[in-house]
Amino acid sequence: MSDMTREETEALIQEVLEVYPENAKKDRAKHLTVNDQEVEQSKKCITSNRKSLPGVMTIRGCAYAGSKGVVWGPIKDMIHISHGPVGCGQYSRAGRRNYYVGTTGINTFGTMNFTSDFQEKDIVFGGDKKLSKIMTEIEQLFPLNKGITVQSECPIGLIGDDIEAVSKKTSAEIEKPVVPVRCEGFRGVSQSLGHHIANDAVRDWVLHNRDGDNSFEATDYDVTIIGDYNIGGDAWSSRTLLEEMGLRVIAQWSGDGTLAEMENTPKAKLNLLHCYRSMNYISRHMEEKYGIPWMEYNFFGPTKIEEALRKIAAFFDETIQANAEKVIAKYKVEYEAVIAKYRPRLEGKRVMLYVGGLRPRHIIGAYEDLGMEVVGTGYEFAHNDDYDRTIKEMGNATLIYDDVTGYEFEEFVKKVKPDLIGSGIKEKYIFQKMGIPFRQMHSWDYSGPYHGYDGFAIFARDMDMTLNNPCWNKIQAPWLKGEEEAEAAAAGA
Amino acid sequence: MPNVMIRVKDNGALLFYIAKKDQEDEIAKVEKDSDTEWGGEVELTDGTRYYIDPISPPPSFPTTLRFKRAE
Repeated sequence: MSDMTREETEALIQEVLEVYPENAKKDRAKHLTVNDQEVEQSKKCITSNRKSLPGVMTIRGCAYAGSKGVVWGPIKDMIHISHGPVGCGQYSRAGRRNYYVGTTGINTFGTMNFTSDFQEKDIVFGGDKKLSKIMTEIEQLFPLNKGITVQSECPIGLIGDDIEAVSKKTSAEIEKPVVPVRCEGFRGVSQSLGHHIANDAVRDWVLHNRDGDNSFEATDYDVTIIGDYNIGGDAWSSRTLLEEMGLRVIAQWSGDGTLAEMENTPKAKLNLLHCYRSMNYISRHMEEKYGIPWMEYNFFGPTKIEEALRKIAAFFDETIQANAEKVIAKYKVEYEAVIAKYRPRLEGKRVMLYVGGLRPRHIIGAYEDLGMEVVGTGYEFAHNDDYDRTIKEMGNATLIYDDVTGYEFEEFVKKVKPDLIGSGIKEKYIFQKMGIPFRQMHSWDYSGPYHGYDGFAIFARDMDMTLNNPCWNKIQAPWLKGEEEAEAAAAGA
Repeated sequence: MPNVMIRVKDNGALLFYIAKKDQEDEIAKVEKDSDTEWGGEVELTDGTRYYIDPISPPPSFPTTLRFKRAE
């Protein structure tokens, strides 16, 4: 924080913690820290991936959200059954805006909600028969599906249904993969465990399906995009850059992805990992089992894109490296125009972020390209390895908060007074009512894509549109404003 | 007895990753690291120590191994 010293930031954290009872204060203090770029390992200054305490407002999701909502949901040609009561599936339906190509209900099923709609009798007598029945029904009604996944909701684990047995049986009957995923919501402390469980399900039920099959012709330039969920078309704007470099993208995990792509992934030469948090498990597994190297890349903002493209090219021969330079040069004109247009309007503005996965650290570069500064960042469900990576990206003496509570976030904002907040829908209206410009950084506020050079232009436009919107000085009620002005006038006189 | 995935980092060091704990640490030193065997007591950069019976011939990384906590 340019205008706050380390001591001031520390004092701010203490001040905010003051209202908590002794125990809660002790616990929450571990999750808040002032960034120090000197620190090598985040565990020395911040605790993460711990259970949220009852009584504080957390913004986290559950394991089901991590598996069905994030990892499996976007696989478009499979049908994902929300196995359990109807609500989990319905309220998480299509909210994440994972774009895909296809005819919904015919050969793709991304925005549809399939659920076994548990009733009391299913809880009492078990839901295995019902599951078996709906899978047969799905096969009749949607014959073009490529497979089915069973995404468990809480009751499945509680009543002890054997979804694995049903899946194996049905899989043999319909001759398609049926993947049981044990992602009951009560598992773990946040959606993070759901990502892990989903990755493990991919590893156990999908990845090796075509191991003996060499009909897929691999080339030396095959790469995959892993951990890009195609929110608002993100994966597409990333994909074009890689293809212009001369690489062939053989799989997208999992935005606009298909089952066949996942099965063919072991034939890639390099796995490109965008969301480290949700897909590092499977990348590590593929490195070990198939010897495919993986690298993390960042496609937010021209500076980081340039770095990433060079780093990717370094894995390949000189043609690709030369192509990477060509791509960078080609888009230079475009993004320089974007920066020239928006930077003067955004220069010096301060941003606070609170998102999940990778964005709290990845977007920093894009804001910096626009002359903005990220003064506080935090993750909903990160682990310490994420914070290790964040410390380097953030400026010294900036705020870092893990699993921030509703109260803390509000107080931080009141004190730090950022010009823009990037977080989710649950925070949006609180801060807008406080008169602070706000962008949803989970769903790109119904805009996007933000990845790649094309995405950067949209990102810059959206930030400008939000920050410089004339509505922000009209937020205060006119009669309150009058008082203030009168006071100011009185004080002036 | 954690399962540990060991991989070679970009800087050439060995990365000691415990999935259950989301712990990523570099290996500072290995007791036995020769052409014929690899293992024994392993010390991480943060000072914690683990033990594995020496493996012969040395494993190729990345690989998953089962370590014990060293006393």
